[in-house]
Amino acid sequence: MALPTYASPVERVWHYAFHIICALIFLFLIAPILVIIPLSFNVEPYFTFTSGMLAFDPEAYSLRWYRDFINNPQWIHSIENSVFIGIASTILATVLGTVAALGLSRPEMPFRNLFMGILLSPMIVPLIISAAGMYFFYSNIHLAQTHLGIILAHTALGTPFVVITVTATLVGFDHSLTRAAASLGADPTTTFFKIIMPLILPGVVSGALFAFITSFDEVVVVLFLAGFDQRTIPRQMWAGIREQISPTILAVATLLVLISIMLLATVELLRRRSVRIRGIVE
Amino acid sequence: MATAPADTVMRTVDGTPLKVSLRRAMRRRKLAALGLVMPLFVFILFSFILPIADMLFRSVENPQVVTIMPETTAALQGWDGNEVPDEAVFAALVADLVAGSESREIGKVATRLNYEISGMRGLIMKSARRADRLEAPYREALIDLDKDWNDISVWKLIQREGAPFTASYYLSAIDMRYDDSGEIAAQPTDRQIYVTLFLRTLWISLLITFMTLLLGFPVAYLLATLPLKYSNLLMIMVLLPFWTSLLVRTTSWIAMLQQQGVLNDLLVWSGLVSDDGRLELMHNQTGTVVAMTHILLPFMVLPLYSVMRTISPSFMRAAQSLGAPRFLAFWRVYAPLTLPGVGAGAILVFILAIGYYITPALVGGTSGQLISNFIAYHMQSSLNWGLAAALGSILLSCVLLLYYIYNRIVGIENMKLG
Repeated sequence: MALPTYASPVERVWHYAFHIICALIFLFLIAPILVIIPLSFNVEPYFTFTSGMLAFDPEAYSLRWYRDFINNPQWIHSIENSVFIGIASTILATVLGTVAALGLSRPEMPFRNLFMGILLSPMIVPLIISAAGMYFFYSNIHLAQTHLGIILAHTALGTPFVVITVTATLVGFDHSLTRAAASLGADPTTTFFKIIMPLILPGVVSGALFAFITSFDEVVVVLFLAGFDQRTIPRQMWAGIREQISPTILAVATLLVLISIMLLATVELLRRRSVRIRGIVE
Repeated sequence: MATAPADTVMRTVDGTPLKVSLRRAMRRRKLAALGLVMPLFVFILFSFILPIADMLFRSVENPQVVTIMPETTAALQGWDGNEVPDEAVFAALVADLVAGSESREIGKVATRLNYEISGMRGLIMKSARRADRLEAPYREALIDLDKDWNDISVWKLIQREGAPFTASYYLSAIDMRYDDSGEIAAQPTDRQIYVTLFLRTLWISLLITFMTLLLGFPVAYLLATLPLKYSNLLMIMVLLPFWTSLLVRTTSWIAMLQQQGVLNDLLVWSGLVSDDGRLELMHNQTGTVVAMTHILLPFMVLPLYSVMRTISPSFMRAAQSLGAPRFLAFWRVYAPLTLPGVGAGAILVFILAIGYYITPALVGGTSGQLISNFIAYHMQSSLNWGLAAALGSILLSCVLLLYYIYNRIVGIENMKLG
């Protein structure tokens, strides 16, 4: 959006003002996330910069809260829970969601919009309502306060993302490819793994990542369904903020920001790859 | 040369008419597509839809009085409600109280009736404790025990709540109640909280939607008009918050906004605010609005961006070449073309904001609490599940209505996920 040479002074002023406004908004977006990184190295138990930190005094920085974090069995247990529940629900959500997306993308699928609406509803229904419903229902069938119960709940919350991303990679899918494979003698299984799978793989993987982050980040359902043994990282952070606020949370938050940067990079690479494979020009 | 078949219907090799054969093939394909969708559909139905339906059913369900006090309920069936019931009803009540305190179930009735008239818990529990020592005539004995049994409104309440279904949770959810004579009336003013709460939730959600639009529009415009190699870089700044844990973002807002936090320190350091005049930026509505605007901003930028990308820059050039000043061209030509994106983003942000729980609970204090927080409160602390379900079903119907509109406008599967 370069400024044309014939721009009037008013346009010039506005042009720069606009860029400054945008810079401020980007600052608003990114600063709160970045600010916790230096704060997590604070030697004092405060949530703000000490004068020592501002003077870049090495004495004012420490790894104290990171040590706190790794030496605390509760936190370590919550990592194990988060990873286990996250991976299990991601696998379930990816398999169920991918298969359903394949069905939904077929041109002969009946009541397509109705099914789509129902299958994507876990993404839209307020979490507090999902959590309340699951709390009663899962208690009745003795799934509350079990890992299995939380895995099933998180699977339900994660599937819409898989359905969306896989359906998106199937947009414009050339169905004559599967017919060609069939006419050449491939059975449906071979067709799926040799023809369809490579094409939708980027969508499947990014859907799986979304499902994982959904589970990894989810706290409302966990608040209702989990017992002490099923506490996940967000649940532990919730307790940390509510009960004993200590900068250990900032250390955990910093580590989580690093994880999200990695996930973001992966999804971005996958998206570009998918666009390239399908030959779509942006 | 083979003779043509007598009829003119086209047939396949095995002799079935082509039409029939095609229809069969189509049905098979339809079933195959359905078969692929079914596993997830069944899973969602059982793990998600049924639990919610079951929970919502609690908003009208009213089993306590009718199951724990069956004789009283039956005896009150024919009561006309004009004067205190006769001895038969009192005898039934005593029998129920004795049975109820033996089975230890009577507390549920006491709690249930106490939702409607406070003081009922004490009355029921006290009478139940002494019920097995009472002697006929029970009417005098009970009234002697507590003169509230001489009050018609108590009996009317028991009669009304003896029905297996009730509207009273919904009435509470909209600040109404049954008054002493059993008519629907407004709650006393000091107990009217939910209508205000719904209005506050709507207001805060609208404010957040407006703020995200205000901040999201320039950013989306910049991203859409920059060359791709720059905009992809800047896009990361939008996507990083999107991918960062909600608890992390809420934590960072606590670090930013609290009285000894980064923003207040900055203000004090710059001399805008004196050290003892530090602003209260969180544990109030400001905290909720600021933190939620930040958290929901990517959901506005992404749909706006994807619509703006498709608007050809030549439209603006054409308008300007026809003599429109830049601002007018923007307002009359560009802005209307972004409306689908504005609509999609606004509905999405509004849907997400209206049901938000975590952030208001952590940074909202009391004035920044939304309807979700009260549902959680009634679920976990007051244990008034019927009221939680009633509030929840009102919230859910708002969200589903918006979801329907969103689906009609953009189609949910077109939602942009980064």
